[in-house]
Amino acid sequence: MNSAIELIKVCKRYGSLNALHNIDLDIQAGEFFALLGPNGAGKTTLINIIAGLTLADSGSTKVMGHEVIQQYDDARRNLGVVPQELVFDPFFTVREALTIQSGYYGIRNNDSWINEIIHNLGLTDKADTNMRALSGGMKRRVLVAQALVHKPPVIILDEPTAGVDVALRQTLWDFINQLNRDGHTIVLTTHYLEEAEILCNRVAMLKQGKLVALDTMQNLISGISGYTLRLKLFPDTLPAELNKKLINYNGEYYLFDVDSYGQIEFILASLRRINIKVLDMNILQPDLEKVFVNMMHNGATQ
Amino acid sequence: MVGFLTLLKKEILRFWKVGFQTILAPIVSSLLYLLIFNQAFAAHVEAYPDIPYSIFLIPGLIMMAVIQNAFANSSSSLIQSKISGNIVFVLLSPLSYKEVFYAYILASTIRGLLVGMGVYIVTLLFFDMPPMFLPIWALLFIIIGSAILGALGIIAGIWAEKFDQLAAFQNFIILPLTFLSGVFYTIHSLPYVWQKLSHINPFFYLIDGFRYGFFGVSDVSPYVSLIIVTACFIGISKIAINMLKTGYKLRH
Repeated sequence: MNSAIELIKVCKRYGSLNALHNIDLDIQAGEFFALLGPNGAGKTTLINIIAGLTLADSGSTKVMGHEVIQQYDDARRNLGVVPQELVFDPFFTVREALTIQSGYYGIRNNDSWINEIIHNLGLTDKADTNMRALSGGMKRRVLVAQALVHKPPVIILDEPTAGVDVALRQTLWDFINQLNRDGHTIVLTTHYLEEAEILCNRVAMLKQGKLVALDTMQNLISGISGYTLRLKLFPDTLPAELNKKLINYNGEYYLFDVDSYGQIEFILASLRRINIKVLDMNILQPDLEKVFVNMMHNGATQ
Repeated sequence: MVGFLTLLKKEILRFWKVGFQTILAPIVSSLLYLLIFNQAFAAHVEAYPDIPYSIFLIPGLIMMAVIQNAFANSSSSLIQSKISGNIVFVLLSPLSYKEVFYAYILASTIRGLLVGMGVYIVTLLFFDMPPMFLPIWALLFIIIGSAILGALGIIAGIWAEKFDQLAAFQNFIILPLTFLSGVFYTIHSLPYVWQKLSHINPFFYLIDGFRYGFFGVSDVSPYVSLIIVTACFIGISKIAINMLKTGYKLRH
């Protein structure tokens, strides 16, 4: 297998802020990879370094084997980036913007591919509309289209579904999935963890500029033991002995960490003893969100 | 080459699509300057023997319009792209820093030429201009002048982080250099000290050399002016190219 993106000991500081610290990351060609972390963890800085928009202080970054600074021409031709901000050039229509973007990559007469992207992203009706007149969701689609004009083998999407309606999300993921099946490497950042869980096969988690997890989705989730028990109670109180098992109370539901079904029985028995009724009950299976919360709270480092 | 041509085309379309503001408006304001100054001073000022003040004024006003518009083209394009964030489309692409430099410079030069020729053509309708002495000199100075200002616009557009910083660059550097370069007068009419000071202003040589192309008369030799403005272009270009190459304020 070839590396699509390879980072070795990449560091970046902004004054006293350690934005990225010794990042080693190897994303294989063909992967659907999730890059997760809370706001300010360094995800966008990492993407910008891969894209050449930010210069790392030290370390090496390659895209499809090409150094992003020394061999910027090859590196950038192999990479498509969908930026997080909704940026656009107000002077042009959708089709003009895509034709111009193709030209930047040295591609003339790209109409048939541009038509295909426009069609697949549901932009056909808006193709000759000025960028200024598009809604946020439509602008987001154009950003995706712009990242694809040169058919890059590696595609990075920085929070592509932020502020996007359900229909577009579905269209977008169908299209991105298709690209992945066609052999494109996809790197995704998102705050919607359930999306990442469904789509991605490998995950990296960043916390304060450090890589705190890097594994397959399956390994990360199966590494979590136990379940989460969610209860709605009446009256809305809790016996003291259950407090130490409580992990969260949101004003309506109590969440408990449980290792086994036996413990669920124990919790229910304590409630019954003091006549607290269970109005609603769910047993939640381990998921990426739980992995994420654990990582971010425990500060576990690999 | 395709990348460079695309960026050039985009930069030309950018001003062409708002041509009312970027080409027509400067032509109208130059014409207003000309009519007003001619009305106010024609009877009192004689710059060169046998050349009426209104005719003397025309090349200066053309060059002034060229200077302002060539500078405005690259600088406003860059700062708008930076502030709105769409500069990433260029930065993500494999365009080299030289391609970016030449595309911006050339677009500025084309806008400078269009505005300059526009002002010239319109003045022909209102004033009795004698035929140009050596049009090739005028063309040479208008091209180098646009290119210098295009390069200065790149420097200002990259350096400025906000519109008011760009306005400061324009108001405190470009505008004084233009007004004190002999647009409205010949430096021979100035006190000695101001004459000497004018000689360190590169814009003076642009206007003086340009005027030579019109009348065959100038304050200094047009060859000296040509050498100085060419050297000036090379120096300013080196700074602009270096900013693009290192990613100064573009790639953080």
